[in-house]
Amino acid sequence: MTEPLKSPPKKNPQLRTSAPTLPPTMRSRAAMGLTAAAAEGRFMLQVCADCGTVLYPARDACSRCLSTDLHWQEVSPKGRLLAETTVRTSTNLYFRERAPWRTGTVQLDVGPVIICHVHGDVERNGRVVLWNRLDRAGQGVLIAMPEQPTPNMEDDPQLRAMTSDPKHRRVLIADARSENAAAIARALKKAGAGQVFIGEAEAWRPNPMRAVLEDIPGVQILPLDVTDTRSVAELAGEIGGKVDILINNARFLRPGGALSRGDTVFAQQEMEVNYLGLMRLAQAFGPGMCARTADGVNSAVAWVNILSAHALVSLPELGGFSASQAAALSLSQSLRAEFRASGLRVMNVFIGPTEDDWHQPLPPPKVPPEALARDLVAGLQAGLEDVYCGDVARDLIERFRAGAKVLEREMTTGQG
Amino acid sequence: MNARQSYEGVALVAPASTEYRRYSIETAHWWIATALRQALDVAGLRPADLDGLSLASFTLFPDSAVGLTQHLGLCPRWLDHIPMGGAAGIVALRRAARAVQAGDASIVACVAGDTNQIDSFRQLLSSFSRFATDAAYPYGYGGPNANFALLTDRYMQECGATREDFGRICVSQRQNALKSPRAVMKKPLSMEQYLAARPIADPIALFDCVMPCAGAEAFLVMPVEEAERRNLPYATIAGAIERHNAHAEDPIQLRGGWTMDIDELYAQAGCGPADIDLLQTYDDYPVISMMQIEDLGFCAKGEAPRFVREHDLTTTGDFPHNTSGGQLSGGQAGAAGGFIGLVEAIRQVTGTAGGTQVAGARRAMVSGFGMINYDRGLCTGAAILEGAGA
Repeated sequence: MTEPLKSPPKKNPQLRTSAPTLPPTMRSRAAMGLTAAAAEGRFMLQVCADCGTVLYPARDACSRCLSTDLHWQEVSPKGRLLAETTVRTSTNLYFRERAPWRTGTVQLDVGPVIICHVHGDVERNGRVVLWNRLDRAGQGVLIAMPEQPTPNMEDDPQLRAMTSDPKHRRVLIADARSENAAAIARALKKAGAGQVFIGEAEAWRPNPMRAVLEDIPGVQILPLDVTDTRSVAELAGEIGGKVDILINNARFLRPGGALSRGDTVFAQQEMEVNYLGLMRLAQAFGPGMCARTADGVNSAVAWVNILSAHALVSLPELGGFSASQAAALSLSQSLRAEFRASGLRVMNVFIGPTEDDWHQPLPPPKVPPEALARDLVAGLQAGLEDVYCGDVARDLIERFRAGAKVLEREMTTGQG
Repeated sequence: MNARQSYEGVALVAPASTEYRRYSIETAHWWIATALRQALDVAGLRPADLDGLSLASFTLFPDSAVGLTQHLGLCPRWLDHIPMGGAAGIVALRRAARAVQAGDASIVACVAGDTNQIDSFRQLLSSFSRFATDAAYPYGYGGPNANFALLTDRYMQECGATREDFGRICVSQRQNALKSPRAVMKKPLSMEQYLAARPIADPIALFDCVMPCAGAEAFLVMPVEEAERRNLPYATIAGAIERHNAHAEDPIQLRGGWTMDIDELYAQAGCGPADIDLLQTYDDYPVISMMQIEDLGFCAKGEAPRFVREHDLTTTGDFPHNTSGGQLSGGQAGAAGGFIGLVEAIRQVTGTAGGTQVAGARRAMVSGFGMINYDRGLCTGAAILEGAGA
């Protein structure tokens, strides 16, 4: 049984904060298939299209029939632990700092022999199920888990080092006026989060959500306007050192593309909030969070963007808004590179139409705030990079992967 | 299948070993040149007399054997570079012997050497092989310690080996090393010290692991007539085998490629395990020495723990093993680790081993094992050498 993680004591400001170190980052191009699957929490291995052999480590040719027609597919993650070791020292700084570290050899029922991390609750020579997770370097790694869940299994230090679990962590939600703020705050508290800060722009304006938010224990509403560089900087100065997870839920949305609007006023506001807002938050909060990724139980761990799935392909009815989402998606990819050395993870939650006023003319299915909050917190707990929330987002990414040009044409001819 | 041709007419001479150093500011080039010069001096040859060169090294980058010919002023008509680590010695010997037999070269120098600068070991490990980079290094496998820990764990479960059994190999090799002037380990090692050592990767502790260091080993291959004309003591090759990626279907490596070829080795040499006077195994960890004792026919599979309990493995014992202290007590100088047992065996059967000389040693078996590409060593090799003895 895993020892339950205790809430950390208040930080001693005189002690030096540990500098972040990373596990090895280098991978071959083929091996990056594991990373792509881990970004979505899927367990996939290479399978030979000609002879069906499941292959590991990743190859460029099948070791049974020399076929080069290899594909990443979901296969059974079950197997048995054949041998194990507890590594007590390593030439690699990341593991040296985290020793002892349990690893082992697992033979999967589908064949391959896999060197992997081993969860503390796995029994010696026991049955296991492999999880594919991103490590702090952002690369896919495999960890052997007990076949049946065990108490507090998420608190295992090796597993927690891979996830963005909100337990005992402090969170900033950027926009208290969003319909989803209360649902996200409640889901985070249920998952064991510490303090939840929620930003509120233009406090003088009435906020119908305020009463609901104030009712949630451990929630604190603070002034934050993502379109105002000074406001963002002021809040970062105040709480930047204790934000472990930042959730950017601010967004501005109006219907129409270029011709239907006739001017660029809405487009500017969309860019101000959806794109430049993200950049302002990153510039103000990013450096502080990057410096605190090795800061113990409540270290900085994740940056969350809630993006429209139409960042992938434009929905002409929301053409201007889609463009701002595409800009934000592109910036989030840049942030992944900029945060990489610290291990701070960027998680994008892609959603389809949500249950709110501005999506009123669109047909269902729509994403209710509770579903968004549930998938967001589950994504943090699994340490994901990409979450597709709701039927529309999942449908869009499937079609995007099947053929981006075909999807574009479907959207622009009203078949979206 | 064609019958294996004999290696007759080929002589192994001039065994040369540099001192070993834990860390060195010198390069691999420097260490290789030092060993090569020593071998040539022993044989009374000049560099220009060489017309063949076989090289093994991990830290020569960006050079290979080709670049080294210009660096060292050599003009060989036969050139080889063997990236096979612990099996490099056996493979070099097999290829060089065939080149000499075929007349492609008349005097081949086989050299292996590496430097060990601060942090160079870690950097070597981080890009050792593609599978290691993709699927072992990211799991904290900073070197083969954890790989061999897994293997040792499974071997203990399957064969009932205990830590004391592995300790017997390490302790007796230390006794041998104390008689060798070159070994990096100069202090005695007791079983109590072995068992109480700092754990590295369970069940492996400090004295189960080799110490990376700098050094080089060399020997020359030439026709027997040439060795006799120059009045050089020489060893001959009674038989030699190699094998790569054997038993790929075994989930954990509990046997090596030797098992596929060992019968042919004894048949070629016209002898059996009982006729071997001393054994040099590749010993980066004691478990792999046990595996070789089994796979080379000295006892049945799984019986090595009992075998080491029942035999004295020192130079004066009934089963002399890794007589110079091996890598466990001598140090692992990169690719020279694949040569250390072979060079010592040439000394032994030519009666030139000095303090570690086994009395009456005329037939030695040498074994190589190399390249932990992902979860197991891929290369295995073995040779039986004969000489006139002391």
